[in-house]
Order: sequence, then C-alpha cells, then structure tokens
Amino acid sequence: MAIAVPKRRPALRSLAQRPWLTRLIVIAVLFALWEVAARFLVDPLFLSPPSQVIASLDKVFDTRGVPAALQLTLFELTVAFVLAVAIGLALGLAIGLQPLVRRSFFPIVLLLYGMPQVTILPLFILFFGIGAASKIAFGVTHGVFPVIVTVVAGVQNLKPILLTGARSMGASRWQIFRHVIFPHMVPSFFAGMRLAMSGVLLGVLLAELYVSIAGIGYFTTLFTQNFDPTKLLGLIGVLAAMAIVLNAVVRRAENHFARWRAE
Amino acid sequence: MAGRGASRLIQAGFLAGLVVVWYLATTRWGVNRLLLPNPVAVYDNLSDILRSGEFIGDLETTLGELAAAFAISATGGITLGYLISRSRYWIEVFEPLFAAVYSIPIILFLPLFVLFFGLGPASKIALGASISFFPIVINTIAGFGHVDRLFVTAARSMGASDYHLFRHVLLPAASPVILTGLRMGFTTALLSIIGSETLASLAGLGHRIVHLAEAMEMARMFAYIVFVIAIAVTLNAVVSRLEAHGKRD
Repeated sequence: MAIAVPKRRPALRSLAQRPWLTRLIVIAVLFALWEVAARFLVDPLFLSPPSQVIASLDKVFDTRGVPAALQLTLFELTVAFVLAVAIGLALGLAIGLQPLVRRSFFPIVLLLYGMPQVTILPLFILFFGIGAASKIAFGVTHGVFPVIVTVVAGVQNLKPILLTGARSMGASRWQIFRHVIFPHMVPSFFAGMRLAMSGVLLGVLLAELYVSIAGIGYFTTLFTQNFDPTKLLGLIGVLAAMAIVLNAVVRRAENHFARWRAE
Repeated sequence: MAGRGASRLIQAGFLAGLVVVWYLATTRWGVNRLLLPNPVAVYDNLSDILRSGEFIGDLETTLGELAAAFAISATGGITLGYLISRSRYWIEVFEPLFAAVYSIPIILFLPLFVLFFGLGPASKIALGASISFFPIVINTIAGFGHVDRLFVTAARSMGASDYHLFRHVLLPAASPVILTGLRMGFTTALLSIIGSETLASLAGLGHRIVHLAEAMEMARMFAYIVFVIAIAVTLNAVVSRLEAHGKRD
C-alpha cells in the first residue's frame, strides 16, 4: 500500500533547513508590526515608526553634544571596565590564594555581590558628584564582584596533583604561581571579564540615566521631556548597538583564551 | 590548619571594625554629617520609620509593582516558552533571539516606557515585566526542550493524551530548570523595579530614597537603604527557599 507523503513546497523546505532565515523573517515581521502600530495606531507623540527612526539618525548625531556624550559614555565604560578587572583580579588573587583569607572574606564578597546596589545610587552621586567619576565608580562596583568570584573559583579548582607534581620537581612559590595556578585561572578569569562587561554596562548606564549633565543620560531625559520618541529611539538604538558590540568583543576574547581548557 | 572558628572570628572582627570606623569617622574624625551620617542617628531613624509605619505606603507600591510585573512575565514567559519548546525548529529560531536581546541592558528602554506610560506604576511594571520575561522564557525553553525523548515515547506508547503528557511527564521533568528561571526572573524584576523607581518615579521605595537624598536627610536615607536591602535579601531568601523546595524529589 502506497502511503501518500505530502510534498512540502520548495520554499518552505528551504526555510526549514535554514533557521537563521526564519529568524530574520521573525525580526522583519516584528519591525513591520512596529511600523504599522506607530503609523496608524499610536499617537506620534509616544511612538515613532522604525523607518522614521532610522531616517532621522543623522539628526540625532547632529544634535549639539550628542557625539561628545557618546564619547564620554564610551570613556566611562572603558575606564570602569579596566578598573573593575584590575581591582577584581587583585582582590580575587588575594582572597583565593590563602585558604584562611578565603574562608573569612569570600562570604562577605558574596553578600555584597547579592546586594541590590541600585539602592545606593543616590549615595554614589552625593559622594562622587554628578560628573563622570560617579558613573565610573558605580560601574566598577557592579563589575568588580563577578571578577573576584570567578578568579577565586579559578584558583580553587586546581587539581591538587598538579600542585604536588610541581612541588616535587622543586618549583618555587613564584614558579608554581606563574606556571601552574595562573594559566589554570585564565579561562575563569575571562568568563569573569564577560560578566564584568555586563555589570559595567548596567552600572554606568544606570548612573547616566539617573543624573547626567553631559553624558547620554542628559539626552535621553531631554528627548523624553520634549516628547521626541524619534530621537529617543534613535539614541537608545545606538546605545544598544554599542552594548552588543562590547559584549561580543569580550565574548570573543573569552572563547579565544579558553580554547585550551581541559574540559 | 585553622578551623572554621578562626574564619568566623575574622569575619565578625572585620564587620565590627567597619562599624567602629564608621562611628569614629562621624563623631571624632570630623567627616561631614552631610556625607556620612552618625550610625546612631541611622539606627534611631530606622526604628522611627518602623514604629510609625511610614514605610507602608511605599512598600505597598513597590511590592504591588513587583507582583504585577512578575505575574505578567511568569505567565507570558512560561506560556511562550512551552509553545516554542514543542518544536526543535522553533527552539533554534527563537532561542538565539532571546539570548541576544537579554544581553542588552534593557533598563535603557526606561525613558521610552516613561514616555509611553508616564511616571506612575505602569512604566515600572512594564519595565519589570520586560526585563524579567527573558530569563523565564529562556529557562522554560531549556527545561521543556531537554526532556528526555525516552519519557515522551514511553508515555505516548501507553496512550497518554497531550494533557496527560504535559501534566505527568513534561512538567515534572522541566520544573527544576523552570523554577530556576522563575527565581532569576523574580530577582531581576525586583532589582529593575527598585532601579526604575530610583530613576523616574513619584512613589515607591526607590523614589523615597532619592527624595531623602535630594533633601539631604542622610540619616533617614541610610535607614531606608538598610530597610530596602533587608526587604530584598528576605524576598530573595524566600524565593530561593521555594525554588529548593520545588526541586526536592
């Protein structure tokens, strides 16, 4: 008995083999819905269609102060990231290498990591002022904890046999650190850097949105209060793109340096 | 080898030392009271707040926003996650999309929500729901998507209907991962709501802290900060306990 198999139309078949294509179509459909809703259903004071947003991007950049604000925000992000990684690495090594220190201070670190830091945002502004310093500081406090935690974990997960082997071959403490502990910790460290980048992005952007005199937070407030959803969406789009690029860079670095990981 | 006692002692000593330094800094060493309030004043304000019940209005606002946001994101996330997880193809289409959006700090969209919904609770609920939606849906897809095919085949061969399959096979198998997603969603919702109240709001705990900061009432602000941290820690502990309880078995 011949079983009738329904012949899939060729177009659907090629879609079924290419999920990435369907993904693009889904995104296109969402954009289309946004376009229709913004044009016909929602008051233009509150929402702009994507066509208008993209067309007006040059006007966003022409607004006096926006390019400088974007540069300032990028500067704050970079400085905060470098500081968070450096401080996190130093503290992580200090805490992770000595068992007694680790047992005493790691719980405190975890407690601080879980604290809702956004409650002390006004405090940071009072302490550091409304300039770039408070944004950098708030970014650092968000980014430093993942680095500490991952560095401590990386140092701890060392197989004892590696340490015994190195010591039995007469390695000094410095040599053990440089050739056994440090390379072993690097993959975790890079994972920590990826989390640090997310944290720094969150911290700096939160502080910017709270109070800003020359950063992008100033302009998001300006566009909101002027009921200018076109420029607001354009600016948010640029910032979102910046966040995606920064995250991708750190993720690439992590994949590159973690390649030799033994699992 | 130093035992657990030594580390506990160091912890206690460290924390006690911090409080002592704080006290000395404000009373003896002349740190400006406008920067760092006296710990005794903070304690007095805290007991005053708790006794007078001044916190109740703001607490109600914040918790109400949290409940609404989490309800929306939990039902939406689990439903959408289940529907997507029914087909391997749609999992492959949607999962990277959700992961990519989750990597952007969605707090960026707060000005848009404020423009759209105003300064009231609606914008906070919308933002909280948007942010907490993603860990829930991602974890739900992972949970339902990775159920061992053997269970499904066995149940179907015994004649299980769609409903039976869902209730007795899929749901129990996926629930640990889904519960983790719900916990993550709850925590992020709480953080986002307090954050958005700090940034742009007329009421709620976050707004109260900002209000006191602008009035330079440092001791009372510190008291509220301690209060909010205590609430957040308690809620997180409760949710973690629920998650662990749900995973038991």
